[in-house]
Amino acid sequence: MTFDWAVIVGNWKFLILQGLMGIGAFGGGTLRLAIPAIVLGFCLGVLIGLARLAQRSWIRYPAVLYVEFFRGVPLVMVIFWFWFLIPQITGQRLPEYTVALSAFVVFEAAYLAEIVRAGIQSVPRGQIDAAVSSGLSYLQMMRHVILPQAIRNMIPSLVTQFIVLFKDTSLASIIGMMDLTKAAQIISQREIRPFELYLFIAVVYWICTYSMSHISRRLELRLAVPHGTDL
Amino acid sequence: MLFFGLAYELRWSVLWTEGHGGWILEGILTTLKLSALGWIIACLLGMLFGAMRTAPVRIVRWAGAAYVECFRNVPLLVWLFFWYFGAPQVLPQSAQEWLNRHGAEFWSAVAGLSVYHGARMAEVIRAGIQSIPRTQFEAAVSTGLSVVEAYRYVILPIALRLIIPPATNESLNLLKNSSLALTIGVAELTFMTRQIETYTARAFEALTAGTLIYLVLCLGIASVMGQVERSFRIPGLIARVGGAEH
Repeated sequence: MTFDWAVIVGNWKFLILQGLMGIGAFGGGTLRLAIPAIVLGFCLGVLIGLARLAQRSWIRYPAVLYVEFFRGVPLVMVIFWFWFLIPQITGQRLPEYTVALSAFVVFEAAYLAEIVRAGIQSVPRGQIDAAVSSGLSYLQMMRHVILPQAIRNMIPSLVTQFIVLFKDTSLASIIGMMDLTKAAQIISQREIRPFELYLFIAVVYWICTYSMSHISRRLELRLAVPHGTDL
Repeated sequence: MLFFGLAYELRWSVLWTEGHGGWILEGILTTLKLSALGWIIACLLGMLFGAMRTAPVRIVRWAGAAYVECFRNVPLLVWLFFWYFGAPQVLPQSAQEWLNRHGAEFWSAVAGLSVYHGARMAEVIRAGIQSIPRTQFEAAVSTGLSVVEAYRYVILPIALRLIIPPATNESLNLLKNSSLALTIGVAELTFMTRQIETYTARAFEALTAGTLIYLVLCLGIASVMGQVERSFRIPGLIARVGGAEH
C-alpha cells in the first residue's frame, strides 16, 4: 500500500477553486452555496421563530407544524422533494445550485427558528414590559430591545447550526451539484485515489468548520452583554 | 389531482403493487438495523470519550478532545465516502475481497454513522457529567458511600436523566442521517423510495411514503422518550443540559 499525494498536488486547483469556492465552468461551490444558505436561512428562521411565539394561534400553529415537520425528516429527503417539485411548479429544470439552495434554506430555517425562539425566550419578561410601557411598538421593541439581547444569547447555538449547515452542503453533491465533495468524487473516479482525496477534503472541511467555531468564541467574548448586576 | 396547475394523476397503488411494498418494508428494516447498530456503538464511543473529556489527567482529556474535534467537524457524507471508498485501499487485497463479499456498504455505513455520532454523543455526555456539581460527589462520599456507590446511586441517576433530552435529539439525528447511506449503496428506506421512483416514475407517491415513514419513526421515538423523561423527572429540577455542539 503506497500513498500518492501527487493526486492532490495535481488537482488542488479544481478541488479548491471549483469545489470549495465555485469559481469555474461548473458553478456550484461549497462556499458559494453555504454563505447565501446561511444568510437566507437565518432570515427565514427569524420569521418562523417569531411566528412560533405569536399570540394569535393562526400564526403560531403553522410555524409549529413547519418546525416539527422539517425536524422529523432527513435532509436528503427534502433535497429529493425539491429536486422533484421545483420543475413541477416552475415548468422548467432549474440548475442544481438553485434546487440545493432552496432546499437548504427551507430545511435549516426550521432548526434556526427553534434557536431564535429559545433565544427570545431567554430574555427576561420584564424587558418586554419595560419596552411596552415606555411606549415602543412591537417592531420597535423587537428591533431595539429584545432581538439585540436575544441574538447575543443565541450566538453559540447559531454558530453551531451554521457549522451543521456548512457540513450539510456536502449533500448537494447527491443531486450532482459541483461542490468540494463532488469534485473529489469526480477526480477519485478518474485517478482511483479515494483515500488521499477524501482525507484531503476532510481536512479542508475541518479547517473551515474549526475556524468558524474559533471565530464564534471570539465573537461571543466581544459581544457578551456586560453584566451590570454582577459587581 | 391538480398540482400547481399541472395535472398529475396520483396512483398510490404503486407503493404496494409489483413487490414495491416489500421494498419499502425491507428499506425500513435496513434503516432500523443500521440505526440501531450505529446507535449502540455511538453510545459506547460517546460514553468512553465523553468521560475521557472530563478526566483529571490532561493527556486523556486531550485524546478525548482530539477524537471529538476530528470527527464532528467533517461532514458525515465525507466520512462515509472515506470509510467505503478510501479506507479499504489501505487494507491488503484479501481483506478487501472479504469485505466486498460481506456487505462492505453496510459495515462502512455503520462505521461512519457510529464514529461521527459517537463524537457528538460524547459532547452530550460530557455536558451531562459537567452539569452535576462536584459537591454532589463529595457529599455522597462523605456520607460513607464508596466511589463506585457514589456513581451508582448519586451521580449516574442524575446524569442519565439530564442527558435524556439531548441524547434523544442526537439519536433522532442518527436515525435521519442513516439516510445518507444510500450514497454508498445501502438499500435503506431512502434508497428504496428512490428505487420505486426510478422504476415507476411516480416520484410524488414514493417521496410521500418515505417522508411519512421517517416522520412516524421520529415523532414516535420522540414521544416515547418524552414519556420516559417525564416519568423519571427529578422533582424541582427544571434545568436541562445543552444539546450537542454541531
